[in-house]
Order: sequence, then C-alpha cells, then structure tokens
Amino acid sequence: MTSEVDAARTWERFDRRRRLGRFVGVLVAFVVFAGSWAFLDMGVTNVETVPREINDLLSRMFPPDVAYVPEIVGPLIETVHIAALGTAGALVITIPVALLAAENTTPNAATYWLGKLIVTVSRSVNTIIWALVFVVVFGSGPLAGAVAIAFRSVGFLGKLLSEEIEEIDFGQVEAVRAAGASPIQVLTYGVLPQVKPALVGLSVYRWDINVRDSTILGFVGAGGIGVQLFRAVNAFAWQSVAMILIVILGVVLVSEGVSAYTRRLVR
Amino acid sequence: MTLDVTDLRKTYPTGDEALKGVDLSIDGSETTAMIGPSGAGKSTFIRCINRLTEPTAGTIELDGTDLIGLDDDGLREARRDIGMIFQEYNLVERLTVMENVLTGRLGYVSAWRAFRRSFPPEDVERAYGILDRVGLDGMENKRVDELSGGQRQRVGIARAVVQQPTILLVDEPTSSLDPETSNTVMRLLTEIAAERGVPVLINIHEVDLAVEHADRIVGLHDGEVVFDGPTAELGDDALDRVYRGGDPPESGESRAVTAADDGDGSVGDRFAGDGVVTTDGRTPDRPASGGS
Repeated sequence: MTSEVDAARTWERFDRRRRLGRFVGVLVAFVVFAGSWAFLDMGVTNVETVPREINDLLSRMFPPDVAYVPEIVGPLIETVHIAALGTAGALVITIPVALLAAENTTPNAATYWLGKLIVTVSRSVNTIIWALVFVVVFGSGPLAGAVAIAFRSVGFLGKLLSEEIEEIDFGQVEAVRAAGASPIQVLTYGVLPQVKPALVGLSVYRWDINVRDSTILGFVGAGGIGVQLFRAVNAFAWQSVAMILIVILGVVLVSEGVSAYTRRLVR
Repeated sequence: MTLDVTDLRKTYPTGDEALKGVDLSIDGSETTAMIGPSGAGKSTFIRCINRLTEPTAGTIELDGTDLIGLDDDGLREARRDIGMIFQEYNLVERLTVMENVLTGRLGYVSAWRAFRRSFPPEDVERAYGILDRVGLDGMENKRVDELSGGQRQRVGIARAVVQQPTILLVDEPTSSLDPETSNTVMRLLTEIAAERGVPVLINIHEVDLAVEHADRIVGLHDGEVVFDGPTAELGDDALDRVYRGGDPPESGESRAVTAADDGDGSVGDRFAGDGVVTTDGRTPDRPASGGS
C-alpha cells in the first residue's frame, strides 16, 4: 500500500561543489585526449586501405615457413636462458635493495633513499634501453641481454618486495630478536618466512615478463630470438616472421602457465 | 638470579610518559604478576627490560650486568638469558613448530647453520623435551598457522623455555585466549618455571588469574608502582589504588557479568577491548599509550 509521502528531505550523492569538480575532471581528460590527438597529427584518412593492408600482410605470412623452425630453436632456447639468468641475477641484487627500500628494515634514512633511488632508476629505464647501454659495455650477445633484463627487473622486484616487507607482522620479528638472534638471523627467521610466498610469486611472475621482454632484445643486438625476428622483418620474409611469432606465442603461453602454476603452489 | 630495576622511565616521542620512575627487584624463583589497567605501562615495562623498547632513563641490572649500557653484541648475549612470551604469541606463522622452538636457540648458533636449520643435536633434543612437556609431542612438523590459540601459546612457552633463560618475561599471555585455556596456560607456565627454578614476571590484567598463580603482585597505575607485596596482602584497598575506583577486570564469564552489573558500564568497557586479537592476526602497533 502506497501512502502519501511528504518528500521534505532530499538526498544527493554529491553536493554542488563536488559535482562541478567531477565535471571539470572529465572535461580535462577529454581536452588532454584531444590535445594529444591534434599534436600527433593522426589523421584517419587511410581507413579504407586498412583491411586491404591487413589482408595483404596475412596472405604474405601464410603459410608460415615450417622449414625455418630448426634455425630458430637455438635462438629461442637462448631467449629463455637470457630471461632465467636475468631474473636470477635480479633476485640476488633485489633482496638487499628491497631491505634497504623498506621502511621497517632499512638502517637509516640515507639507506632508505638509496634503496628508493636504485628502484626508481631501474624502473624508469626500459629493458631495451638498458640493452642498448650494455651492448655498448659488453658487446653484442646474450650477456648484454641478461644484464639488461636483470637491471630492469631489480626495480620491479625491489619495489614490490619492499612493499611486502613493509606489510609484515613486526611482532614475529621482535620475538626472534628477543631470543638474542643476530641481525642476519632476524632476517632469515623473522622476515624471510613472511615474505617467501611473495618472493617466489614475484620472481616467477617477473621471469614470465622477462621471457616476453627478451624476445625483442635481439633488435638491439642483445641476443635471443629477436635477432632472427629483426632480420626476417627487414628481409620482408613474412612467412619466417609468422613462424617466429607463432613459436614465441607458444613459449610465452608455456611460461605463463608455469608461472601461474608455481604461484599457486607457494602459499 | 637477580633483576634490579631502578627509577625506570619511558617517555614516548609523542610525549606520553608510560613509566614514571619504576623500581622493582626480583630474585629467587618467584612468580611475580604485574597488574594494572590498560595504559598503566605494564607492556612498556616488560619490553624495556630486554630493550625491545628503549627506556628513557633508569637502570636495569640482570645479575649485576647493566643492560642499558650494553652494545649490540652484549645486548644479544644478554637477551639469550631472557625468555619472552608475547600476548599475540608472535610465532613465525609460516614456520613449523620445531623451527619456532629452535628460534629460542638462535643466539647460540651461527647464521649459516641456522639458515640451513642445522642445530646442534643437544638443542634439538632440548626442543623435543620441552615440546613433550607442554603437551605438543608429535606436532613438531606442523606449521604454526595450523594451530589453535592455546597450542600457539604453548609453542610460545616452549620457545622461551628452550633458551634456558634466567628469567621469563611474559606479556599478557592469556588475553588472546578463552578463560579455560587461559587457566591451563597459566598453570603450565608457572609449573614449568617452578620446575626449572626460573623466576617469572607476568603482565596480566585479569586479577583473579594473577591471584591464583602468582606469589607476588605488583600493581601499576599510570606508570607508577602503587602496590608491591605478597599475593595474600592484595586487598580491596590495594586494588582500589591500582584501578582507582574501577572494577578490576577478571577472566572468563565473570568479566561480562561484572560489566553488565556495573552501573555506568564505562569501567567495564575500558577493559573490554583489552587484548582483542586484531582480525588480520597482526600484533597491533603498540601505540604510545601502551597495549596495557
């Protein structure tokens, strides 16, 4: 039964000021988008040719050059090794860096900012740019690739691991300390067990990212399947390119599966 | 064993004065219970003794060694002789029972041996012995996060006792436990201490448990000792001084009744939140006012 309702009270989720603020926010987002579009001078004039070009590319890629497979197995294995070696190297550097960059384990303010600085520098430089640097330092080849992978991963792992360390229950750490444990023992008994699942999960996840990253390292001469891909693209050998892409897809899928499975194992 | 604390003061950076000059002497192998309302400074006092919290002023002498003057290495050595049991157990949740108990022996093994879990056979034997004693035989390979509260506190006791300490500091051992388990844990604790002739200093806010298990009671109010004497001498006037007119909290169902009977209910409420385990299982960050 509906009765007469005296609608004396009104309710609004946002007051006038906040509504205006939200409107301005959306407006700014549109202006930025439009501004970027205009600056880059991106016309959509060639729209009608897009389907034709795609069709053309696909027909030149098909059928993938299966005979090319024996030639890319070696570089592919090299790619996976670069990722593994880079991740392992990153892990060795990351643990001390993360301890420095976590507020509750860093010795003092200076070391804290040092930790943060390492993480930020590592993160702000793309893997491919690190690779360019290390190709100059070590010469072209997989070593430069692996070091590049490691340097980029330190930022990723260091940031996330230090956040995990900041989240730990410090009571457990105190109890270990109260028993007369040394600083290293406090780390291995009080801190490490608490961040172990995160440590394993993050490294496997990073390895998975690194497998993908290392496929393009060859573009700048840092080893792996990218060398072949780069060559094939430059030679317009589209059937070979297609074969490489398929093989990379397979490897990435497998690594993603392994990564997901491992992370589920560790609790 | 003698523990001599003189004029212990602690002022937190926030300006809270948790301890305002506490003197306390413990020797022999008696069980001393420290009672007092939340925020009286009980936890701060216990944590100052092994310097988990740095005291602001005063002296702490354990068997003639001034703990406050010790450097890092000296402090680690001194801590080996001080067993500590915590309110929230503070066990390393992802390690096994045995690993947690052996944590009590870390002060005696190298970091590398500890990392490889390669403890001397005597330590392992001691750990097995104490696990039997607290009734956890056969549980050594269980992970601590699989245990109940009472079982966890038994592991906590085992970890402290395996240190072969000269004194046991116990910070609110029962406030995360139900009344019946509280009683069992307190009995186990005092019995083991008596068997080994180790004195115990227990922080406890449940007065009835303190009276039942302790030889001596120290009443703390607002950072000052307001009662110190044998348990038998703890009368209503002494309790009055400790709790300043508020009803002293008791363990178990009686607590709820007391609170309900209480006219204004405010006093009961003051203790209701004491020692409640946070839902995420973390030790609450001990604020300046002190847990209790």
